[in-house]
Amino acid sequence: MSGGELVVIGNGMVGQRFVDALHARDPEGTWRVTVLAEEGRPAYDRVRLSAYFDGVSESELNLHTPLDGVRLRLGEPATAVDRDRQVVTTAVGEYRYDALVLATGSYAFVPPVAGTELPGVFVYRTLDDLAAIRAYARGRRVGAVIGGGLLGLEAANALRLLGLSTDVVEFAPRLMPVQVDQAGGAMLRRYVDELGVRTHLGVATTAILQGPDGGVAALELSDGTALDAELVVVAAGIRPRDQLARDAGLPLGPRGGVLVDATCRTADERIWAVGECAAVDGTCHGLVAPGYATAEVVADRLVGGAATFPGADTATKLKLLGVDVASFGDAHGTTEGCLDVTFTDPATRVYAKLVLSDDAHTLLGGVLVGDASAYPTLRASVGGPLPAAPLALLAPDGGGADAGALPAAAQVCSCNAVTRGDVDAAIADGCADVPALKACTRAGTSCGSCVPMLKQLLDAAGVAQSSALCEHFDVSRRELFEIVRVRGIRTFSRLVAEHGRGRGCDICKPVVASILASLGGGHVLDGEQASLQDTNDHFLANLQRDGSYSVVPRIPGGEITPEKLIVIGEVARDFQLYTKITGGQRIDLFGARVEQLPQIWRRLVDAGFESGHAYGKALRTVKSCVGETWCRYGVQDSVGLAVALELRYRGLRAPHKLKSAVSGCARECAEARSKDFGIIATETGWNLYVGGNGGFRPRHADLFATDLSTEALIRLIDRFLIYYIRTADRLQRTAGWIEAMDGGLDHLRSVIVDDSLGLCEDLDAAMARHVSSYSDEWRDVLDDPDRLRRYTSFVNAPDVPDPSITFTRERGQPVPVRDQSPTGSEPTNNQRRQPVTLGLPEVRR
Amino acid sequence: MTQTLTLTWTTVCLLDRLEPDRGVAALVDGVQIALFRTADELFAIDNRDPVSGAYVLSRGIVGSRGGVPTVASPLHKQVYDLRSGHCLDLPGVAVARHDARCRNGLVEVRLRQEG
Repeated sequence: MSGGELVVIGNGMVGQRFVDALHARDPEGTWRVTVLAEEGRPAYDRVRLSAYFDGVSESELNLHTPLDGVRLRLGEPATAVDRDRQVVTTAVGEYRYDALVLATGSYAFVPPVAGTELPGVFVYRTLDDLAAIRAYARGRRVGAVIGGGLLGLEAANALRLLGLSTDVVEFAPRLMPVQVDQAGGAMLRRYVDELGVRTHLGVATTAILQGPDGGVAALELSDGTALDAELVVVAAGIRPRDQLARDAGLPLGPRGGVLVDATCRTADERIWAVGECAAVDGTCHGLVAPGYATAEVVADRLVGGAATFPGADTATKLKLLGVDVASFGDAHGTTEGCLDVTFTDPATRVYAKLVLSDDAHTLLGGVLVGDASAYPTLRASVGGPLPAAPLALLAPDGGGADAGALPAAAQVCSCNAVTRGDVDAAIADGCADVPALKACTRAGTSCGSCVPMLKQLLDAAGVAQSSALCEHFDVSRRELFEIVRVRGIRTFSRLVAEHGRGRGCDICKPVVASILASLGGGHVLDGEQASLQDTNDHFLANLQRDGSYSVVPRIPGGEITPEKLIVIGEVARDFQLYTKITGGQRIDLFGARVEQLPQIWRRLVDAGFESGHAYGKALRTVKSCVGETWCRYGVQDSVGLAVALELRYRGLRAPHKLKSAVSGCARECAEARSKDFGIIATETGWNLYVGGNGGFRPRHADLFATDLSTEALIRLIDRFLIYYIRTADRLQRTAGWIEAMDGGLDHLRSVIVDDSLGLCEDLDAAMARHVSSYSDEWRDVLDDPDRLRRYTSFVNAPDVPDPSITFTRERGQPVPVRDQSPTGSEPTNNQRRQPVTLGLPEVRR
Repeated sequence: MTQTLTLTWTTVCLLDRLEPDRGVAALVDGVQIALFRTADELFAIDNRDPVSGAYVLSRGIVGSRGGVPTVASPLHKQVYDLRSGHCLDLPGVAVARHDARCRNGLVEVRLRQEG
């Protein structure tokens, strides 16, 4: 096959992966692709579907990016396939194909009991299903889930989050019967009980009963009992959607599904099937990883490749109701003569089982409940020798599970099929840290669970991962912070004499200045501290390319009175400053010479302004939308909160600049999710997001906590900021800090919400010290002749302004003259820059 | 061959006016000079950053690299050897250096014009 018309039926996760994979292999676009989608929205992440109830928006779950040569027909399901004419029919028209890919997925299996058609009975499959569940749950108290498997427990958690008292009915004698064994299921049940979800095991639902309002009211169970249920979710398994193939006369698998061989081709050479609807050699796979594998196989075949289905990795690791559950290999010990090694700790509620070959040398599979930290290494070891003694492997911290013992063929990253051999080869080629390995092998770039193994493999290869700050200090910023804090060191000279060498440099000096400032070391320009500061902090203004500075007064939350706005205008006019409104809802005044800075501040401070710390690695702004005060959609006072937060954290020195925003409703006009800490109002409080940023590597913040009171919100932000300041590396933004943290967001939550390290009291006290010791850095300079002395043009000619700073005018404002070409080099485009003017369109005759 | 033209010493300021490990700008015979005081020495170089063309080197951070006293340009952080004026990050780039000394508590500078 080499190009032509390609029709894809279905735009689920696997259908989308197939289109992306083909596009990557077929850059010339020899295939013209038409995708027929049943749903009205393009592909989204169904694995994370439940996150919808945690406040994750539809757009964050989106998996679809528009591609050239791919036509997506939303809300237009295929109704028939005519194999003779090579045509797919929809309600709207016909699509001819040279190749056809079936990616129709599954439907939810609904057991044949009475009452499944009643209002209030739902399945748990699509975003529309979830939206309908959410709408119906409003005002209702009790819900039930039929099915105690993976999906059933997700649904139970969803009902719980919607405020319903929840029962789960499972026909098997344990929860998650497919993935875990009896003892693992029992441990899981302890967690589920604790959340207030009631489980009914080993019973079937015999009928769904109607209430007086016409909707569902109760479940009747096979043991004769009845359960109140105003809302029922059926999550009793899935079945492949094979009707189109059946109608077209294609052979099916023994338990349904479109029968395909290892090349994922059906009996018709022009028709292929991928994902959950495909019965590969007769077996359907209900997980996304094997589905992705089928997508890659067909994409490869369509460009002339010879890929075959590699076999399904049914290993699963997930977090259900806050519990880590993992299952891999022969989890149920079905191999003849196999041995079990189990570990049960009721105190920490951890259960683990390893299934070994009869000689106890080869790992066959296992189950982990409550702690899955050993999962990456164990899964990679399946089929090979044990990487350590069984008990060491099962120890709760997974401490014995070191990737260094893995064979070369072991798969380290299952998301991207990277083996230890691949990683070792990349290290031999010069990859010296985790980011380099990620870029080179793609390992760790999807779910990230193998990142600790990448570190272990670097260690095993003897690659020293230096955390030295610079040539003057062998320790990282984090360690330096602890040294300064614990030893109470107050000067750079003592620190470098006792814990470093040399005289310092432009890397370590500002770091130490920031640490001293974070620990409450008085004014940033006091004594020796002044010499450590980068020029921006040294002059409390922002150095520009021509040697002049810009000045940004604080405008908390972007709220400003007309009187203050007029003062800014007058100052800009009187000092002839270029004026620009910033992205952080304040005003930047450019073109000030050093000797003008105190005069400008004097005018601003007298009018009630203070430093905006635009020059510092510190809190910049807390941006806000106008909120419920004016906005007809707003649900909270976003401006009020933004002002309070900005005043609380102003002047707080950090490893990197910090930005924040507050949105008054879910429309998110303040763009809070692009901030280090962002707050979005809910009907009942505030949702806190952390770790977002714009800039070079944009990243959305992650949801950290929901529906917080203002007091609880501020306490969490206090701890988040101080913990970040104490433990982040130099120039590490909050996003990178969380990403690099072992355990990521969950670990952060355990430290600052659950106080797992016992630090919270100390963090709270540190923030309290910051808040009480704040004073305006500009005013402090104006009040002190010694500090003021620094603001001169020339030490021997203070009356002569720097003659190199000159201005021309552009669009009515002063801008730097560019006559300074660097020595020994041609003028760059920058120097030849012309003002942008718009020409008239050229008319061709 | 480098021809060096030496001019006369100009008194710039009191030594106390210079903070240790920090620079100031001075105007000497119409030339902008960056003047630095380290723990035990005085250094004078051109104030003009040869990479950007801005007159800012006096505002850089003073430090050391492998025992060599240095200043880093505050604009894009290229590091210069205070003794020779050579840029340690960009081969072939250098700033002019000048003579500086302290006499009777006064800092004096003498321009060098190398060409």
